[in-house]
Amino acid sequence: MTRPGFVLEVDRSTPPVLFHHGEQFRLERLPAGRSRIIYPAEPLEPIRHPEAAIRHALCNPVGDSPPLPALLRPGMRLTIAFDDVSLPLPPMRRPDIRQRIIEQVLDLAAAAGVDDVELIAALALHRRMTESELRHAVGDRVYDAFAPHGLLRNHDAEDPDNLAFIGTTDRGEEVEINKRAAESDLIVYVNINIVSMDGGWKSTATGLASYRSLRHHHNVRTMTHSRSFMDRHRSELHSSNWRMGKVLRDAGVKVFQIETTINNDVFGTEGPLSVLQKWEWTARDRATFLALQKGLDRMPARLRRQVFHSWRAPHAMTSVQAGEVEAVHELTTEHVYRQHLVPVEGQTDILTMGLPYICPYNVNSIMNPILVMCLGLGYFFNLYRGRPPVREGGVLIMSHPTPWAFHPVHHPSYIDFFEQVLAETTDPVEIEQRYEEQYAYDEWYRHLYRTSYAYHGVHPFYMWYWGSHALAHLGQVIVVGGDPRAVRRLGFRPASTLADALEMASDVVGRDATITHLHNPPILMADVT
Amino acid sequence: MKALQFEQRPLRYVAAAAAGRLRPGAGATVGPLRLRSIDPPELPGPGWRHIRPRLAGICGSDLSTIDGHSSRYFEPIVSFPFVLGHEVVADRDGVDGSDRVVVEPVLGCVTRGIHPPCDACAAGDLGNCERIAFGALAPGLQTGFCCDTGGGWSTIMAAHDSQLHPVPATMTDEAAVMVEPTACAIHGVLTAGIDDGDTVVVLGAGTLGLLTIAALRRYTPAGVVVAVAKHPVQRELAAALGADVLAEPDEVARAVRRVTGTLAIGDGSITRLTGGADHVIDCVGTEDALAQALAVVRPRGRITLLGMPGRVQVDLTGLWQREIQLAGAYTYGTETLADGTRRRTFDLAFELVEAADLGRLVGPTYPLRRYEEAIAHAAEAGRRGAIKIAFDLRHEKERARR
Repeated sequence: MTRPGFVLEVDRSTPPVLFHHGEQFRLERLPAGRSRIIYPAEPLEPIRHPEAAIRHALCNPVGDSPPLPALLRPGMRLTIAFDDVSLPLPPMRRPDIRQRIIEQVLDLAAAAGVDDVELIAALALHRRMTESELRHAVGDRVYDAFAPHGLLRNHDAEDPDNLAFIGTTDRGEEVEINKRAAESDLIVYVNINIVSMDGGWKSTATGLASYRSLRHHHNVRTMTHSRSFMDRHRSELHSSNWRMGKVLRDAGVKVFQIETTINNDVFGTEGPLSVLQKWEWTARDRATFLALQKGLDRMPARLRRQVFHSWRAPHAMTSVQAGEVEAVHELTTEHVYRQHLVPVEGQTDILTMGLPYICPYNVNSIMNPILVMCLGLGYFFNLYRGRPPVREGGVLIMSHPTPWAFHPVHHPSYIDFFEQVLAETTDPVEIEQRYEEQYAYDEWYRHLYRTSYAYHGVHPFYMWYWGSHALAHLGQVIVVGGDPRAVRRLGFRPASTLADALEMASDVVGRDATITHLHNPPILMADVT
Repeated sequence: MKALQFEQRPLRYVAAAAAGRLRPGAGATVGPLRLRSIDPPELPGPGWRHIRPRLAGICGSDLSTIDGHSSRYFEPIVSFPFVLGHEVVADRDGVDGSDRVVVEPVLGCVTRGIHPPCDACAAGDLGNCERIAFGALAPGLQTGFCCDTGGGWSTIMAAHDSQLHPVPATMTDEAAVMVEPTACAIHGVLTAGIDDGDTVVVLGAGTLGLLTIAALRRYTPAGVVVAVAKHPVQRELAAALGADVLAEPDEVARAVRRVTGTLAIGDGSITRLTGGADHVIDCVGTEDALAQALAVVRPRGRITLLGMPGRVQVDLTGLWQREIQLAGAYTYGTETLADGTRRRTFDLAFELVEAADLGRLVGPTYPLRRYEEAIAHAAEAGRRGAIKIAFDLRHEKERARR
């Protein structure tokens, strides 16, 4: 039995608490008597024999689905779709779960005499995966067998010849997905469900879709009506994807869903980063941390980024389930919650968080200011069930250097979004109305998305929409230690220290405001009653 | 009288160049510029008179001279020692402001007593005068660079009647001192040949850039105007004067790409655009600005150099391959408007200064004795929240002496 997540009330004896701060860290003392810290659970025990568990899941599906071997036959078209580079975070040590599963699916397909097999990285409007990223995800054996023949590809949401319009939901949402997948006799979708948002019908209806389809749920209205998008049953994002899933199913698109969950083992139990995994430090841990911090502070920024992005997490699989999409996803969500949910009583006036160096959209890249907003107000803020841990009108204080820096190859349209759109307005509704289509249909962005490694032109809009629920909920957002110019461009207030930020927050929530600190990562989800 | 005089002192000029590279405007401290008590200039001939400057602006070309950055191209067409200052509003008669004039500083054939005038002067295109080193005056392309005329940075200067434009009683001195630079901007936009709806990029949003934006809006049918402005005050004024899109210097290529919907060369970063703006008006004049202009102008588009350039090293392959036109625009004279009428640029400038309230660009002003401070402020005007720095001569004691 591993230790579950818990809430620590801060008193005078509570030592300074760790805040992630991009590729650095800060130790901050929270005010005693009115602060609490939500700590994540320890990593769940992993499955001891993942290969066997996978084989068992494939042969013993859940829901209304035959076992995978029974779905495979000679002459059929089989497409294996898999989650892209945005999952898991940080990238996991080899062998990647996707590799383990895909190898077994291919073995079964070969045994059944299936020879028309293609693999597709289901990246929607994300950037294409590089060869090394694909090799990491599917393994060298699979890559070498398929990629040279054009049978292992990145999904291209802008290839008009390779998209299929499937139909429209009862709400008028258009469903258009990858043609090869749509016209296959079977899609096997391989997920890594790092948070409860992942998986279900979102895998196929989003991961293999085009802008024409995605715009129906990746928009401000959907995001502000998702409370939160991490809670499937209260998420309009998911409701829309589920409606699209019905259209896919009714049109005869067959999906054999494989979902996996991983534990919270982000930093491991050995080496200097392991102190980041612990909630209570020994004297030795403290010394290790201080040495780590000093070393990082002395490193040039570029090297520091390189060091962090080369980190491969020792995540281990905690569950695998396969079969019919919805039945699979229900089980998956239970497993995700088992690792992430932490019971929390009531809301506070202020929510603090330290943002780490990575989010789903800057793997091997730069966490630009828009991604800082998305990670804080999109992902971390929405990691709740019930109610947000901060009250309506409260203040969010997040810590991140927020440099005015972008990866031009990965995020070209982000630069324009930052220079043009945010210079005019930070209102998600106005942004959506005035600018979205201009970016979505921009020929240059389209070219870079298709031929280089660029996120789609519209992607920064989605990042902004991801935070729209938080923007509407919060009275103020303060960034500690960020580039003031970049922070102001985001519409937030810059502060040099946490103490300054708390002082600034008092203008909004008063002097004796209560504080919740979200000690994430490792990931946790506040179950607020 | 008191005057800021620029002498031919090569060693000091070298020192100014070194100092100016370290800190813009520092050439005023160590260079050939000195505040001196000198005699008023003798009147060079008939039609000349003494006038008493009230306000005299500090222009980019003045700063370039003071900081030792000016091209040696000018050596044969200036004469030392000269008193700087060619943006001038002055009292023609008396000192009380009841008879004010703006000086049109180009020293063309008429001022030089040359008859018949050269073809350019005969056509009213004074800026193209072919005799600026000849005739009754020492060489000098303008008042403020000629040893015979004095200049606006003094309490008394000489001016030819043909150079003087009466200032309406309703116009402030601050507005009037903007007429000369405004005429430069008007000439620049009218010679560029801007067609209906053309996209125009204005590089630089100092005095000249802002006036160019105002001129584009009043005298051309330009479509989208993209202003490249570094400082907040420049951005504010650029928008107020009619710029549609504002961009910082390192954002210009992306801004132009967004406006024109063109593709770009470069993997996410932009090396250059494949299409681009119809026109770029360079009000900066540096090597970087010219390179930037070449990167964002469309094939067969036009770059107009309005800011004073010097020696620059620029790759012109793109100019050749994309058939780009590169042209200069210097001072003013007579303009041909869209309806075919010919009007003096200064007349148009008076109208624009009033209509766009361009006097608001002036300030702070300095007395002559604080010239080092004034020059330093002018050299970093944008960063310090100002646009046009000027010398205020109205309270100089020597001014009232005859």
